[in-house]
Amino acid sequence: MLKIKDLSVSIEGKEIIHDVNMTIKNGETHVLFGPNGAGKSTLLMAIMGFPKYRVTKGNISFKGKDITGLTMDERARMGIGMSFQRPPVVRGVTTRDMVAACLKGSGDGDAIDMLASKANLDEFLERDINYGFSGGEIKRSELMQLLAQKPELTLMDEPESGVDLVNIALIGELMNELLEKNCPIQYRKCMGLIITHTGHILDYVNARTGYVMCNGTIGCVGDPHEMLATIREKGYDECIKCYLGRVPF
Amino acid sequence: MNKAKASQNFKDKANAAVDKTAALGEDIDLSEYVSAGEKHTYRDNPSQLPAEAKKHMLDAGVMLDDMSQRSGTYIQMDNTPVHSSVSQDGVEVMPVSQAMEKYDWMMDYWWNAVAVDQDKYTANIELNQYDGYFIRTLPGEKTLFPVQACLYLARDKLVQNVHNIIIAEEGSELHIITGCSTASQEDSGLHLGVSEFYIKKGAKVTFTMIHSWNPETAVRPRSGVIIEEDGLFLSNYILMKPVRSLQMNPLVKCVGDNSVARFNSVLVTGEGSSLDVGSRIILDGKGSRTEIVSRAITTGGNIIARGYIEGNAPDIKGHLECRGLILGEKGMIHAVPELKGNLAGIDLSHEAAVGKIAEEEVEYLMARGLTRDEATATIVRGFLRVDIEGLPPLLAEELKRAVQASEKEVM
Repeated sequence: MLKIKDLSVSIEGKEIIHDVNMTIKNGETHVLFGPNGAGKSTLLMAIMGFPKYRVTKGNISFKGKDITGLTMDERARMGIGMSFQRPPVVRGVTTRDMVAACLKGSGDGDAIDMLASKANLDEFLERDINYGFSGGEIKRSELMQLLAQKPELTLMDEPESGVDLVNIALIGELMNELLEKNCPIQYRKCMGLIITHTGHILDYVNARTGYVMCNGTIGCVGDPHEMLATIREKGYDECIKCYLGRVPF
Repeated sequence: MNKAKASQNFKDKANAAVDKTAALGEDIDLSEYVSAGEKHTYRDNPSQLPAEAKKHMLDAGVMLDDMSQRSGTYIQMDNTPVHSSVSQDGVEVMPVSQAMEKYDWMMDYWWNAVAVDQDKYTANIELNQYDGYFIRTLPGEKTLFPVQACLYLARDKLVQNVHNIIIAEEGSELHIITGCSTASQEDSGLHLGVSEFYIKKGAKVTFTMIHSWNPETAVRPRSGVIIEEDGLFLSNYILMKPVRSLQMNPLVKCVGDNSVARFNSVLVTGEGSSLDVGSRIILDGKGSRTEIVSRAITTGGNIIARGYIEGNAPDIKGHLECRGLILGEKGMIHAVPELKGNLAGIDLSHEAAVGKIAEEEVEYLMARGLTRDEATATIVRGFLRVDIEGLPPLLAEELKRAVQASEKEVM
């Protein structure tokens, strides 16, 4: 379980997220909506533990342990994984090297080949990671690495952006494998927190809880499909108005 | 010109250049070193060399206990050749002094690719000549395994004067791995080495040089390469351990049409080291090509990484890539890429980058569960990974091992 309590996060002294609360139980996938600059990515980065994203208040606990003070590699080893929206190119480090690092010695070359085949990235294994990759290739590569890493909590920042309609089905399949969609819910352990702008990914993943984030706070919690319909119809302005109407000044 | 007259001519030129400061690099006071030195015993079987010397040589890629994967071997300790042998027909390996006696034509190759009066170091080699290696492949012959050569500094405060001649006759293929090392980690020494390469029509030479000196050694190699039509020269250089002062800037002339020169270098150094390493390629042959790739890492020392490509003929192509990584708070890397085109329709390009390890790359790997140290090591390993075309698998494997050893040095 991931439990976020009264979390405030600052970047270079400026508070971006204020008093966020969130609980994701084992087997659940939650979705984050919100306009640009709402703080969605900041929340994911803070959960992953990027040093630049400083927790100034509250705490994050994962699997019953307070992880607020842990480094990102410690969090990764505890079972938190993240799909980067714009991952860096690391020259000389191949995609195969990255998948091998994610496997942590638990799989051999065949395991890497199988994962690449699944993500339709066979031709990319010997290339430098992310070097010259298209938007869709980056997304598939990120998910392939996560499949090797096998995190219990997967954080995904716009997994469908830059992906064409043919590839989005493959992205959906990979995400479902990560989130154990085929596993009966009572046995499902893996959790997901997904940022989406378009909501296309909702056609593929089994998300039951959605949030709308505005100005660094969570304004609304509910059924993600209903939320998406409202956002599509009325836009985020309506969400903000609704939220402001409920918050006393 | 007869041999004696030519020899006197070189001596005269050298005498005129004994005080000529080198164009690049810190000036080394030759009077701080002794030129002569005791002779070392010649060994028919090099595995009889002292175990410690063999270990240092092995670190630099020179295998003496099992030479089954070598087509020939040359070992020089200080200024004495202590072993030379070949295990394949069509390949010659011997002390250059012996080749001088054997072949009248040696003077055609003597100070032809490198000028005797280039600076005081070349002059010193001519005036205090002891020996060096002569390696040659006969026309159409191909080395089955690399020929190995080792230049070893054993005595304190010694200047090692070396003059090497390498000839790949027409259509031949020659692979050389040369390792340079020292007996002690504390003794000071000076290595002066001239290497002249002659790559005839359609011949191919790969030259893999591994330097494993100590922090008190000064090194001034002076190399020249002349490549004829359809010839190929592939140089791989690895500096594995910190050295006090190293300056080299080999001159390669692609004189033949469609000749090719490729240089890969991996420089790893630390505090107290000063390196000035580059290569100059002159593309005179129509359609000749070159690629210079260098990777430099400092943990505190200073590195000047140079590259110069000059295009003087139609359809030539050259690319220079220089990347430097500064690990820690100290250290300096100065990349000096230079291109000169003397006619239209040529294709010369360069890219250079110097910096620290990008934090976002470290974080990316940490998000996959690697510790900061593991992430840094992975990035350094990637940085040093240079894909080298045309190297036989055995040499590629040995080169990989040498790069891995230099990674350990830097981490």
